[in-house]
Amino acid sequence: MKALRQIQKAMRRDRQFGLMHSARDMAPDVSHGELLYLEDLNLSFDGFKAIDDLSFYLEAGELRCVIGPNGAGKTTMMDIITGKTRPDSGSASFGLNIDLLELSESEIAEIGIGRKFQKPTVFECHRVIENLELAMAGDKRVFPTLFAKLTGEQRDRIDDVLGIIGLTEHAYRDAGALSHGQKQWLEIGMLLMQDPLLLLVDEPVAGMTHQEMDRTAELLRSLAGNHSVVVVEHDMEFVRAIAKRVTVLHRGRVLAEGTMDQIQNDPKVIEVYLGE
Amino acid sequence: MGFIRALKGDTGGQIMLFLLGLVAIVVPILNLWVPASSPWYLSTYTVTLLGKYLTYALLAVAVDLVWGYLGILSLGHGAFFALGGYAMGMYLMRQIGERGVYGNPELPDFMVFLDWSELPWFWYGFDQFWFAALMVVLVPGLLAFVFGWLAFRSRVTGVYLSIITQALTYALMLAFFRNEMGFGGNNGLTDFKDILGFDLRSDGTRIGLFLASAAALALGYLACRFVVSSRLGRVAVAIRDAEARVRFLGYRVERVKLWIFSFSAALAGVAGALYVPQVGIINPGEFAPLNSIELVIWVAIGGRFTLYGAVLGAILVNYAKTYFTGVMPEAWLFALGGLFVLVTLLLPKGIVGLFARRKRSTAQPADVTP
Ligand SMILES: Nc1ncnc2c1ncn2[C@@H]1O[C@H](COP(=O)(O)OP(=O)(O)O)[C@@H](O)[C@H]1O
Ligand SMILES: [Mg+2]
Repeated sequence: MKALRQIQKAMRRDRQFGLMHSARDMAPDVSHGELLYLEDLNLSFDGFKAIDDLSFYLEAGELRCVIGPNGAGKTTMMDIITGKTRPDSGSASFGLNIDLLELSESEIAEIGIGRKFQKPTVFECHRVIENLELAMAGDKRVFPTLFAKLTGEQRDRIDDVLGIIGLTEHAYRDAGALSHGQKQWLEIGMLLMQDPLLLLVDEPVAGMTHQEMDRTAELLRSLAGNHSVVVVEHDMEFVRAIAKRVTVLHRGRVLAEGTMDQIQNDPKVIEVYLGE
Repeated sequence: MGFIRALKGDTGGQIMLFLLGLVAIVVPILNLWVPASSPWYLSTYTVTLLGKYLTYALLAVAVDLVWGYLGILSLGHGAFFALGGYAMGMYLMRQIGERGVYGNPELPDFMVFLDWSELPWFWYGFDQFWFAALMVVLVPGLLAFVFGWLAFRSRVTGVYLSIITQALTYALMLAFFRNEMGFGGNNGLTDFKDILGFDLRSDGTRIGLFLASAAALALGYLACRFVVSSRLGRVAVAIRDAEARVRFLGYRVERVKLWIFSFSAALAGVAGALYVPQVGIINPGEFAPLNSIELVIWVAIGGRFTLYGAVLGAILVNYAKTYFTGVMPEAWLFALGGLFVLVTLLLPKGIVGLFARRKRSTAQPADVTP
């Protein structure tokens, strides 16, 4: 049985990579409506089950919020999707056809999965505009990058994104000089420059003022539709403002899934999370 | 011209290259056309010394490229320098021909002395200058490529990487000390006679080598500027500051490191190749781990992450070294160590940090506009 699976795997790999030059050329097959399939994922750290039989599906174009208490495994789930951490078992696929577990981090970025980290990491030594330039979708191999020139079109795209994230006036400042909230937006802007199909956004409003939060909510809402978005967030008010569907994680598994109202009235959820 | 545009906004580099050009004009005049009796006369000894400093400066630029811009603290660049030096040394050895002590037209003296009957295969081709010149770049570049491929792929970084680069140069030193290696053992390669048919002891040749060193420094500097002011250069700095983040943007971090590291090693090789005909000898001592550490100190003292700071550091420190080792040789290492500590504590940006206001607060996006 195991051997058979191995062979199947090898053949599938063949189908994907045999004719393709790089991961960039692969497009996810969303003919069943879903863009992301996570099935029966398991992962333990030194015996501690951080992810426990987790299954999660995301429709193309959907904006999904993932909530759950600290340590529920939200960040770890994103680590698995982006190839930063490999699960002990289970499967993760992008569309029906692309096996995420066989791709490297940079390949996963290339096929269109972008990620904003919990702690904003922008390149502090570079200007805002240069941060966006580096994030821009395109040929990222060494020599094309060495000789790369910004085209007018790309320049326009950068200006658009600067507008979307509200940093037009700060374009030529060093990213290190931005406020915390501005760095978060810059990160989202960098995600947009990658032109991803799927955006993973980890705790975007941590440490933001109310005003900044409102702007961020608006920003994320405006992204759904053209992109699929998964937002991990603690702040309930914020989640209520943006999400249609919410998934609650608890101890590495899905506790409940539904609209915000369904979730808030679910006794299990009240017990472990909202009731606290 | 991409190379010239690469100097845009680099005031320090412009000043450095201007001074370098000036020196390249003045030094030959003072040496060749001013009579030896004049107080303005510059001795050939001094010319050679200056030429040596220039090769060190090129080496320092190569180190700053990987350390300042990519965050790789290589403590093994002395090895790439020495390998370039050996490649040139092998060419110079073959040029000696019958003029060696044993008068063997084929074999260098040390091989005759070891009773070898024929030239080892890896000495083939070194009688041709073009071949040797190719090896000067290729051997250090390829070694760095293989080394980097192994190290970066397994994500060795930081202090561990520094340590294995030290191990690399140490291992090479031990290997080159062995007579059986075929590189002259602990005596190394020396007694050179001429280069491209020019007598190495003549003033004209010395000036030629000095000018070649100045040209190599200028071109090497421009090439490095071209790299650091390109998008790839910005990716490199991003890797230095937040490697994981760069990976998630879709860049192959390992490959960026690999190419820049190999390029830097090849540049160090060129510096070594110009160094050897000027000092007249290359021996395994050049692989000494301490050498590689010293040259990192030059860069730190001059100011890393500027490239021209590396040039300044290499020249100043080596001038001081020449002076000190003349006056009190025992004190040099202490002086260097003391200087390093002082600069690290008081001038974290090195000497150039004293002058450089950050140019970046100006509103013009020098490197981003199309
Ligand atoms: N690299 C790791 N090594 C050990 N334990 C880890 C590691 N990463 C995460 N964990 C543990 O896994 C659990 C889930 O973490 P995480 O996914 O970060 O939770 P959160 O839902 O707060 O983002 C936590 O208990 C955390 O301590
Ligand atoms: Mg988390």
